[in-house]
Amino acid sequence: MGLRRFIQLAATVLTNAYWLFPFGGASMYAGRLKSVCVPGLNCWSCPAAVGACPIGALQNMFAGLRPGLEVGNKHFGLYVIGMLGVIGSLVGRMPCAWVCPFGFFQELMHKIPSPKLKIPGFMSYLKYVFLGLFVILLPLLVVDRFGFGQVWFCKYVCPTGTLEAGIPMLLLKPGLRDMVGTLFHSKLTILAVFLIWMILCKRPFCRVACPLGAIYSLFNRSSAFRMTWDADKCTHCEQCYRDCPMDVKFWENPNHVDCIRCLKCYQESCKYGAISYEIAGIPARKSFGEKQAS
Amino acid sequence: MPVRTRKLPFVLLFIFLTAVVLGINFGEVCAVFEKAVTLCLDCIGIG
Repeated sequence: MGLRRFIQLAATVLTNAYWLFPFGGASMYAGRLKSVCVPGLNCWSCPAAVGACPIGALQNMFAGLRPGLEVGNKHFGLYVIGMLGVIGSLVGRMPCAWVCPFGFFQELMHKIPSPKLKIPGFMSYLKYVFLGLFVILLPLLVVDRFGFGQVWFCKYVCPTGTLEAGIPMLLLKPGLRDMVGTLFHSKLTILAVFLIWMILCKRPFCRVACPLGAIYSLFNRSSAFRMTWDADKCTHCEQCYRDCPMDVKFWENPNHVDCIRCLKCYQESCKYGAISYEIAGIPARKSFGEKQAS
Repeated sequence: MPVRTRKLPFVLLFIFLTAVVLGINFGEVCAVFEKAVTLCLDCIGIG
């Protein structure tokens, strides 16, 4: 097992470390850690989750903003936005590759033998539609008569919630089964579509629909950690493109919005030292290819 | 060749750390906690 796989596994276990849930009638973890947002996409209603989902938290802040302001609560979502911004300004989209449980799950699903397909490039922009519409605008603007919005992305789209919380909770709490309706069935369908898509394509949810990845991706060009590409050393063999878990053409843009900084291209693909990284302008001492050569 | 450090990441870091501090002062940690410890039926597509 490589280092990244080990860290992905450890992060998945650590963010879902409450294994006492089957013994308390599917009671959820309620310790203080739950006030901290995890860096990856992990449903906070998962019975084993020990942290908060940043996207769920953000939607709840926006959905409750109007009635909150009326009673003097200034909950603008700064805590969550700040946490995501701190991570983004340091490493950009790196958490997607290293600590996101759902990203890890997608990579494992893609190992199932099948014909492998590409996702059209334009679909990468859909994640910004999900972020802007389902996470920000709809929760803010579509409100009930008391001024409360809904968590649109969680409620109508998020397959992570269905997989990590919806299905387990229905298994653990039989009382909830009577409440299952069209909404849950539609969410099951979305999950099924993504499950099949994960087998056929690399990380489809991350590339097409993940609002958390969309937020982090905005920092890829400006984060302290950045990938670099040496045009003089690149032979355009395209090995990095073939190995990339996000189908990024590195030579076109080393800090593409879909680059999750998994470092596979740097550590395994490029034998010519064309791929490296820098931290706030300070280059890595040696590229991996140069290390191998010396 | 002289190394030129980029300042933008540090400016962003400062801005977002300030946002975290402001959010904590506005009581957002408690708001996140309250939502996170209750089963969100909306989040799992049942509510």
